[in-house]
Amino acid sequence: MYKKNNILFLYSILYFAFLYIPVMLLPVFSFNDAIHMVFPLKGFTLKWYDQMIHASRLHQALFNSIKVGVIASIFSTLIALLAAKAFTKYKLRLRQLSYGAILLPFVIPEIIIAVSLIVLWTGMGLQLGLIPVTLSHILFCTPFCMLVLISRMEGFDKNLEEAAMDLGENAWGTFWRVTFPLVLPAIVASLLLSFVISFDEFILAFFLTSNDQTLPLYMWGQLRFPKKLPHVLALGAVIIVATSIIVMLSYWLRNLGNPSGKKNNIGGI
Amino acid sequence: MIISLKKIYAKNENIKAYLLLFPALMLVILAMASPMLLTFLTSFHTQVSMMEIDTTLTIDRYKDFFNKPVYTTLLGRSLKISFFVTLVTLITTYPLAYYIAFYVKKNKMLWIVLMTLPFWTSYLLRVFSWKVILGHKGVVNSALMAVGMIEEPLGFLIYSQTAVVLTLAHAWAAFAILPLYVSLDKIDKSLLEASYDLGNSKFQTFWRVTFPLSLPGVIGAILIIFIPTVGDYVTPQLVGGTDGRMLSNMIQALFGRANNFPLGAASAVIMLLSVSSVALIVTYITRKVSLRMS
Repeated sequence: MYKKNNILFLYSILYFAFLYIPVMLLPVFSFNDAIHMVFPLKGFTLKWYDQMIHASRLHQALFNSIKVGVIASIFSTLIALLAAKAFTKYKLRLRQLSYGAILLPFVIPEIIIAVSLIVLWTGMGLQLGLIPVTLSHILFCTPFCMLVLISRMEGFDKNLEEAAMDLGENAWGTFWRVTFPLVLPAIVASLLLSFVISFDEFILAFFLTSNDQTLPLYMWGQLRFPKKLPHVLALGAVIIVATSIIVMLSYWLRNLGNPSGKKNNIGGI
Repeated sequence: MIISLKKIYAKNENIKAYLLLFPALMLVILAMASPMLLTFLTSFHTQVSMMEIDTTLTIDRYKDFFNKPVYTTLLGRSLKISFFVTLVTLITTYPLAYYIAFYVKKNKMLWIVLMTLPFWTSYLLRVFSWKVILGHKGVVNSALMAVGMIEEPLGFLIYSQTAVVLTLAHAWAAFAILPLYVSLDKIDKSLLEASYDLGNSKFQTFWRVTFPLSLPGVIGAILIIFIPTVGDYVTPQLVGGTDGRMLSNMIQALFGRANNFPLGAASAVIMLLSVSSVALIVTYITRKVSLRMS
């Protein structure tokens, strides 16, 4: 609505640099031919990437992270899909309360959720490990998925569903032939984003696992050893590029054929 | 019987809705609410030995917490650090959200995506890179020494509360940018024009119209930053040093090496209660202010 503001523009560019420089630093040093992260740069090398590819404990951790991430994203997206349907289709009693309760795990400090699950798990005499980690990730991702799905479901025309009903489809047919295709991009986005959240998550995994490491835990363990650091940087660079692509893809999906015609569909991040 | 049940089901929207909500609510109840209740209960117990816990109810753990200065110091520091993180993040991101909402015309979405993208990349690595930037042999120090501006590394950069605040303000930026942008973008532009027509200057318009209308976004950002950052563990561990240790580092020790679950549970309960009450008070005050302003 306003025309120009050079000061604000300059500020935005500076803030942009503040946001990105720390993130870009790791990839830069991952190609640097030196163990310590110090300027000036020494020379270009790919040996840290070679070391990364041959680190066997890293492979195990990567596999664990993918396993936890896939299960967590599928379950949280399913649970969130049902909940999003309830909130967008029905006027229900105690709506605010239920809505708040489901969003709560997103706001409560993760460490509180982590220690509570330790108390529950050990109290039941169960072994800590990837199972409680996955459970905590489902809990943590569900609010997120729900926000992503609701913002899409609110956007589309309810008449489409009613029209399908009038044309003789039952509830299941309506869902399968009308609702699902319309919501599909958001479902995929929700799967991708919750996978990224779970893949990156540190605190819950740190508290709730015993011997099985996830990728962030592996990196945490390596940060203490200066000699191991460069290959963590190489790993970090790969993670940064991969997550950026996944996130970009999911943003694109969320706006794909958005029936509401709103371009800025960012509800709930 | 079955027919009448079916009728009730068909008529009652609440039942349908709550059937859909059932998995989500069960998840919250089983994986969050009941563990938290159990933790609350554990905070009234006593750790006798490594494996043994006396379940006689006592408030001694709370006395322990408030009698040993280290706990109250860490609690106070955690709240203080989170307060400054919230404040710094709000002040630094507000102009940005304002710029995107009012000045950017094309590709607003691209701006938003670019501003939130770093948030998705590994939290651990982002915090770690601040350790590298601020460290004794870090990027800032080595660069300054290379160009000859300083002779010895600046020691105050890392292992301080300031380092923790800076790192967290960077890590949580997206959580302020989004709610602020959404609330600013929603503002009806004709209100601003009306304000100009009534003779208000740009500054007055901002202060009397734009800012009060953006307060819901401010409250959202406060809640979503202040509460979780109180429990942050990684940042104080990596860049905090002894000066920047927070309550969560202590809680981790109590559930780990120190193996005192009841005291750890009491610390967690106190952390959650104090942070929620502070957040409630701040929200209440902000609401009052916004009512008075508009």
